[in-house]
Amino acid sequence: MHHPGTNNKVYKKINNNFEWSSENFKKISEIIKKYPTNRIQSAVIPLLDLAQRQNNGWLSKNSMEKVAETLSMSYIRVLEVATFYSMFNLEPIGKNFVQICRTTPCWLRGSDKLSKVAQEVCETNIGETSDDEIFTVVEVECLGACCNAPMVQINDDYYEDLDEESFKKILQDLKDNKSTKVGSQIGRKSSQPERKFDA
Amino acid sequence: MLKEKDKIFKNLYGFEDWKLEGAKKRGIWSNTKELINMGSDKIVEEIKNSQLRGRGGAGFPAGLKWSFMPKDSGKDHYLVVNADESEPGTCKDREIMRNDPHLLLEGCLVAAFAMHAHTCYIYIRGEYYSESSNLQKAIDEAYANNLIGKNACGTGWDFDIYLHRGAGAYICGEETALLESLEGKKGQPRLKPPFPAGAGLYGCPTTVTNVETIAVSPTILRRGSKWFANLGSANNTGTKIFSISGHVNNPCNVEEEMGIPLKDLIEKHAGGVIGGWKNLLAVIPGGASVPLLPKSICDTVKMDFDSLKEVQSGLGTAAVIVMNKSTDIVEAIARLSHFYKHESCGQCTPCREGTGWMYRMMEKMIHGNVEHQDIDKILDVTKQIEGHTICALGDAAAWPIQGLFRHFRSEIEKRIQERNRRVA
Repeated sequence: MHHPGTNNKVYKKINNNFEWSSENFKKISEIIKKYPTNRIQSAVIPLLDLAQRQNNGWLSKNSMEKVAETLSMSYIRVLEVATFYSMFNLEPIGKNFVQICRTTPCWLRGSDKLSKVAQEVCETNIGETSDDEIFTVVEVECLGACCNAPMVQINDDYYEDLDEESFKKILQDLKDNKSTKVGSQIGRKSSQPERKFDA
Repeated sequence: MLKEKDKIFKNLYGFEDWKLEGAKKRGIWSNTKELINMGSDKIVEEIKNSQLRGRGGAGFPAGLKWSFMPKDSGKDHYLVVNADESEPGTCKDREIMRNDPHLLLEGCLVAAFAMHAHTCYIYIRGEYYSESSNLQKAIDEAYANNLIGKNACGTGWDFDIYLHRGAGAYICGEETALLESLEGKKGQPRLKPPFPAGAGLYGCPTTVTNVETIAVSPTILRRGSKWFANLGSANNTGTKIFSISGHVNNPCNVEEEMGIPLKDLIEKHAGGVIGGWKNLLAVIPGGASVPLLPKSICDTVKMDFDSLKEVQSGLGTAAVIVMNKSTDIVEAIARLSHFYKHESCGQCTPCREGTGWMYRMMEKMIHGNVEHQDIDKILDVTKQIEGHTICALGDAAAWPIQGLFRHFRSEIEKRIQERNRRVA
């Protein structure tokens, strides 16, 4: 199954110039303070995360080289980390990065139906980006919200207690640039027992 | 059922204010200075007496683990909180961190003091974005009110907490992989020994502990180890958050006494199995890594470390995944095999190659597209992987498959026969 985060190749087609934004530059000095002065390599994951956010959700070669330069690491050590962790995308993604949890607890509650809905509404296949670049849809492993299954992560947000209808609406709203309700879709505050069941 | 007054997690569901003001109303940070003044030896002693066992899966006695930290090593000591909650079925630490973060922070201070650590890193899984932002706000509040930082709570102990977000790797829940990751490397587990208490983060004495273990410790100290030890049964004491997911009417997290019968847990808290108890097929009682249990065992089994071990399973993280008779049990386990194949770090050959092979085999088994002798072959392979890898991920990948064949071998044999008939 294709996933831009488990891809181990550096993307060659686009590699724009990458410089830290002044805002991120300030953040970096705050991040580095968390670690002992001779151990700033510890900041590689937070910095790759910053770089990815600044670079539209994926890491180009230049952005990874920038991280290496900032932390005085060799580029290969940064690349090693970027390829190991699935949250670092090594190729461009759409505006909405839709990650559908497929592991057993979500599957038991119908995650495979959600995958079908996503392919229909987003007009793309699992592991691919839609032509209009609004959606990238992937299936991922357990996201740790099993009592609110099935669930989907879109960019930073969790959408929980989904069914086909509510998921379809969320995707349609994102497509139409409307705001969406994050969290439980059946009005649960978190993972308390109350829930109407009709399946 | 656990009485309301014995609950440790009073805001598990986030109905009340999670911020400092709300936390103080629930008694958090109320007499932290007194707890610290007990002295580190007394704190460790109390935790030992409470018989608290680690809540991250392995169930190692917490007080004993804390006591491994050297008293005077001359190096910095670290407390690392393992908030990389990724075990399928488990979502308890998430609720603690977003709904009661101060409970965790107070625990960090007390535990770190007991193990002579001035610095604590909380390693939270990267996907938990809103949880990490709640936790960061709570840390900022704690600093602003001098609950942590220089002279934390007026105790004279300097204590810093830093939040570190991971980036999506199940293996980083393994303690030494987590340390590698925290040092800015690939999350590949280290060989032990040396154990983290001797040489952990940056080569310094370190203790890695689960969120829930840390979060319950101030309450144990406040109410006394006796109170905690009186809940549950000997060696399986206290309360525990159970995450109940899958085919139940009301999937939920719930804090209950250790040793509660599985049936009670599902029926009283989770609204019962969909279609009734008779419709139950199997339960995975402790997160994806432990072998499943068929209904006949679920009828009577108690939810604690030792009772579940007796039936060849385990409490793990107490994540109860319920499957009713509508489940394709082979696919349910095949999906877990896919999970382990995806999450294997690739360091040890038996796991790297074995998880992929087992997954491909399990996929074929769904349709009975194998030979009868393949069942014994896959069981043999699970034995070859189990115990032959640096960390427990290899074991964790092997156990669900062993559990499946232990209890549902006839189901797969039936599928093979059916397929053979179809093809013929």
